[in-house]
Amino acid sequence: MNDTAPDVDTAVQHRLVAATDTEPGPGLDAHLDLLRGRLADQAAVVGTVDVFWRTVPSPVGSLLLCATDVGLVRVAFEVEDHDAVLDRVAAQVGSRVLRSGRQLDEVAVEIDQYFAGRRRDFDLVLDRRLSRGFQRTVLEHLPEIPYGETASYARVATASGSPRAVRAVGTACATNPLPVVVPCHRVVRSDGTPGRYRGGESAKAVLLGLESQLSAGARS
Amino acid sequence: MPPFDRVVELHGTTVLRVCRALLDPTDADDAWSETFLAALVAWPDLPSDVNVEAWLVTVARRKALDVIRARSRRPQPVEHLPEPAADGESSAAFDEVLARDDALLRAVRSLPEGQRDSVVLHHLAGLSHLEVAELTGRSHAACRRSAADGVAALRHVLGERDEKGSTPTLPTRPTGSTGSTGSTGSTAIRPEAPRPAAPRRTRPREGARP
Repeated sequence: MNDTAPDVDTAVQHRLVAATDTEPGPGLDAHLDLLRGRLADQAAVVGTVDVFWRTVPSPVGSLLLCATDVGLVRVAFEVEDHDAVLDRVAAQVGSRVLRSGRQLDEVAVEIDQYFAGRRRDFDLVLDRRLSRGFQRTVLEHLPEIPYGETASYARVATASGSPRAVRAVGTACATNPLPVVVPCHRVVRSDGTPGRYRGGESAKAVLLGLESQLSAGARS
Repeated sequence: MPPFDRVVELHGTTVLRVCRALLDPTDADDAWSETFLAALVAWPDLPSDVNVEAWLVTVARRKALDVIRARSRRPQPVEHLPEPAADGESSAAFDEVLARDDALLRAVRSLPEGQRDSVVLHHLAGLSHLEVAELTGRSHAACRRSAADGVAALRHVLGERDEKGSTPTLPTRPTGSTGSTGSTGSTAIRPEAPRPAAPRRTRPREGARP
């Protein structure tokens, strides 16, 4: 029953689709995009949305940004599979999920500025509900590592009040729900190699390279 | 429940088709938004086995009927049909296409309610007769009959128009197949036009993430 009914008159369907100007194509896509944007704005006014999302391009691939009415709740790399991430966010935060460029404009601008080297600290309200307990403690300490510098997992463990919890710090960073914005990429192995990262080790290297290059440029 | 956005992606086109078949473009956009706003509110509490597309189409049809009823209580503006230009081939052809589309939609909208529902929900949106029966509260047999009668009425209207051209009638309904091969033999059907994808799958996911 869920397949297209077998006795649909396709000739009539054709003509009705043409008459309603809803043939698949760029024109229809553009109009639906417009309607979706309007829907998101209207829903934002009524306050019936759990999560807004959009993507932004970046040197480490497309980034998925998710926000609640509290603040930015999730940043995800392409390698995490954006669809899968949205599924989990819907399950954890709420299923009223809508795409909106406008509702996440401010976040997108700051991310852009960061990758353009024009921003070192994010000035965004964060919704930290996806991290709890020790992980949250660790992540809250990360902004203490200055832009362009790194700290070892051991040092972060000490700063978080549990010097022996080095592995737990590694896990906390590797599962940071707000990568890039909460700078877990600045936590590296004691031997200086990047270590695990949600966006992959190469993405971590790109971020560290960007920051060290720009902070060195500022010093000279 | 899965993210609501996926519902918009999957069924946005079908809902727009239903709205545009019944309403003028601006009203159709409003009905589309109202449909999804209402659906968004209800989404987390929706039974997981519900037929989402039929449910959305139900809401869209109700929103459209509300607009139609509100309109019918108000004075109607005088209608201006696009007149084919006397000369200038391309513009004349363009005007004729407009007039033809307009005529088809006006014919749909002037059908008796049962036929109109069956034409829009079954032949345009692709719901089964059973689904149409459930959402309109009519019997399965009545919906099946209305679908056939509605199409016959439309063919009559369109056939009359096409008699002015070289092709006297619309082709007969293809039997036992949903393919587009049944539409050969008529310029009116534009057999070279790509067959619209099944309404359920008209928007591939990859188009959604700019």
